[in-house]
Amino acid sequence: MDTLTAARAQMGLSLGFHMVFAAFGIGLPLLMVIAEGLWLRTGRPHYLELARKWGKATGLLFAIGAVSGTALSFELGLLWPVFMKFAGAAVGPAFALEGFAFFIEAIFLGLYLYGWDRLSPRAHWLAGIPVAVSGMLSGAIVVAVNAWMQTPVGFERGPHGELVSVDPLAPFRTPSWVHLAVHSTLSCYTAVGFAVAGVYAAGLLRGRRDDYHRAGLTLAMLLGAAAALLMPLSGDLNGRVVAKHQPAKLAAMEALFETRAGAPLLIGGLPDPATGTVRFGLEIPYGLSLLAAHDPNAVIRGLNDFPSDERPDVVWVHLAFQVMVGAGFLLAALGLWFLWAWWRGRVVESRRLLQALLLGSPLGFVALEAGWVVTELGRQPWTVYGVMRTREAVTPAAEVTASLAVFTLLYLGLAAVLVVLLRRLATGGPSGAKGGSHAA
Amino acid sequence: MPLEEIVAGYGLLGVIAYAVLAGADFGGGIWDLFAGGPRRVQQRVAIAHAMGPVWEANHVWLIFVIVLLFTAFPPAFAALSIALFVPFHLVLIGITLRGAAFVFRGPEIRGPSASPWGTVFGVASVITPVLLGMSVGAVSAGSLRVNEGQVRIEGPPPWLAPVSVTMGALALATCAYLAAVYLTNETDGPLREDFRRRALLAGTVVVALAVLALPLIYWEAPDLWKGLMSVRVAPVLAAGAVVALVSGWALWRSRFRLARVATVGHVALLLLGWGLAQYPYLIYPDVTLHKAAANAATLRFVAVAVPVGLLVLLPSLWLLFRVFKGETART
Ligand code: HDD
Ligand code: HEM
Ligand code: HEM
Repeated sequence: MDTLTAARAQMGLSLGFHMVFAAFGIGLPLLMVIAEGLWLRTGRPHYLELARKWGKATGLLFAIGAVSGTALSFELGLLWPVFMKFAGAAVGPAFALEGFAFFIEAIFLGLYLYGWDRLSPRAHWLAGIPVAVSGMLSGAIVVAVNAWMQTPVGFERGPHGELVSVDPLAPFRTPSWVHLAVHSTLSCYTAVGFAVAGVYAAGLLRGRRDDYHRAGLTLAMLLGAAAALLMPLSGDLNGRVVAKHQPAKLAAMEALFETRAGAPLLIGGLPDPATGTVRFGLEIPYGLSLLAAHDPNAVIRGLNDFPSDERPDVVWVHLAFQVMVGAGFLLAALGLWFLWAWWRGRVVESRRLLQALLLGSPLGFVALEAGWVVTELGRQPWTVYGVMRTREAVTPAAEVTASLAVFTLLYLGLAAVLVVLLRRLATGGPSGAKGGSHAA
Repeated sequence: MPLEEIVAGYGLLGVIAYAVLAGADFGGGIWDLFAGGPRRVQQRVAIAHAMGPVWEANHVWLIFVIVLLFTAFPPAFAALSIALFVPFHLVLIGITLRGAAFVFRGPEIRGPSASPWGTVFGVASVITPVLLGMSVGAVSAGSLRVNEGQVRIEGPPPWLAPVSVTMGALALATCAYLAAVYLTNETDGPLREDFRRRALLAGTVVVALAVLALPLIYWEAPDLWKGLMSVRVAPVLAAGAVVALVSGWALWRSRFRLARVATVGHVALLLLGWGLAQYPYLIYPDVTLHKAAANAATLRFVAVAVPVGLLVLLPSLWLLFRVFKGETART
């Protein structure tokens, strides 16, 4: 494998891995704080059990998030030294702000996880709030870096192409940041809400119809459903930013080869870049022009309009986009179904719904990973869109294939152990005893 | 003072904070691996208890340093990333395995023999600080050359240079020393005596390595030697040596709180001395603070943002340590 391919694979692996824990680090603390708050208000013990259980899972997942995030901070330089040399001063301030959010998150998580016996119940609950807030903020802030890579602004270049003057807050002034941050944050709540709900749906299906399982399912699904219903709206805003600023990415997402007015929206389909055709797709006339420009006759640029070395990989980007949007509508539908049943007080009675929630529980994470594939592969061949190519950014180091192999094994191993440990945690039921105040 | 020097100062403070805080967490892992005697289970429990609530917060200082480096001195970060590709990857593997093994093992320590995750945790805690120390040493070794942005290695890899290897060994011993001294403050009775003896042992090794390092630096890194002996730096190192003696004496006399303060002071002063001796080089001899500095707007942002962030951070850290390390917190 050549260095560039290996470096891209290692970056994608590391980010895809980290993202799972980042999402949990954003979603689980919120659930845990809500559950503990309900316990403080109602005094009903199953809320406390939920808070403790979710706290334990957060402790386990946060540690892996922290170490994989550390790996990422180094990998930015290890794999893309030329990019970081060029862009460090532009994206660094955002990372620095994120760093403070990490500090707050780690400090208060320590207080929360180990403070059950040392803080008053109210102080303990209050210690959870900064964890949830700074988790959300760190995600939104780091996405600004990505937004800058997608739609770079706020810098001037010197005679050798280096950055001579930079707006340190440029990542937050990019046209894409707000939309990416909202979409990405919502996606974390969606993914975690549905994933957690699946655990309790499984328990309920096995006949554990106690308050603990009911409340666990309801809280997780209220979060997941609310976020999932907002996803299509938020995603539409993202799509319009892409249409305006990254037309080649839009063409790849939609597998649109020829520039045309009144472009149709393609659903499904397997694009063939060699012939410039799509097989098995379903076309909705004028759909794409309507969605991207709010005008049925708007002209949308096709891939053939771009030089062949400025086109992203249409197969990956299109298929990943279909997966995300498909999963997104399924999740929204599941969310509606749940809300309807919840409104009528018949969640637990409907085996169909519980089975659907169990089957659908990984879909949020599927959509989340697929969406990042769209965003990151759709940006290719650029690392900084229109400014620096990925192949210019890569390291000259010779050992990338080896490091990729080692990291793949490492992450696969960690993932396998985590699945076992989380299963044990999930099937353990409420912890019952008072003492268990530790992380894992 | 030029902006880049202010920001470099923050970076050095971050290195010191990482060393005295996270260093002790590595040291905890070292003593977990070498737990022994009739109280080995209690030793491991005390270590896990001391690390649990704080290690993740302590770890963030490393990220702080890295982010500061690539924000304020991007070419230096790029050059180090290229030249230290292998040791940095090994560090990452070590950090990942150590953190994962610590939480995978869980808080309950059963039975006198180490669990498999316990062993992974211990071994990774030994290897990682050595590699980190070696990587730090590489910036002083002089064999990492940077010319017009091209990175070239002269002779053996800079992280394997004698100076770097000594730094690695010193880092390991220092971590062990810090942890043992802190643990004497968090334990009682015979367990405390166990850690006192370990602290004395580690402290002796630190002193021996430091003495060994001096001629090595003199022969192998004459410019670093000149820096260390300059009027700017020598007093700092002298103060560090005095404080080191105080910490040894305090341990000997079982004055544990004094020992803790003096040990922190000792490590901080040595690192401060090293940082000052290194000035103005980030990577000796080609990359200086001034040449590698980012544009003024970014530096100004960092110069202001860090103190403002510390206004929130320091009270939070104080709360964390008060709850878990304060007088009333001992169990
Ligand atoms: C639970 C996960 C999830 C769900 C249900 C959706 N998305 Fe999404 N989407 C993501 C998770 C995600 C993401 C977190 O993976 C991305 C990658 C970057 C980002 O900020 O969000 C993303 C990116 C992303 C982009 C690319 C933005 C860019 O490259 O600049 C578009 C156009 C959409 N989404 C559109 C949609 C639409 C129309 C959806 C309708 C149902 C949808 N998403 C559901
Ligand atoms: C190149 C990109 C990224 C880098 C360099 C990075 C870096 C890091 C680092 C260093 C940590 C550890 C902090 C600690 O010890 O507490 C971390 C954790 C975290 N990161 Fe990332 N990250 C990246 C991408 C992302 C993305 C895309 C998101 C979210 C949308 C995200 C969200 C989080 C969150 C919430 C945490 C907290 C830890 C957890 O809950 O797992 N990160 N990241
Ligand atoms: C905010 C956070 C993120 C930042 C700053 C970021 C940054 C980067 C950088 C610097 C590269 C290498 C350069 C390049 O290939 O153009 C890259 C590539 C990549 N990233 Fe991201 N990324 C982020 C989030 C994510 C997430 C969450 C995922 C995945 C789930 C992801 C998936 C990928 C993939 C697959 C690649 C390789 C793309 C390719 O080269 O074809 N990224 N990213």
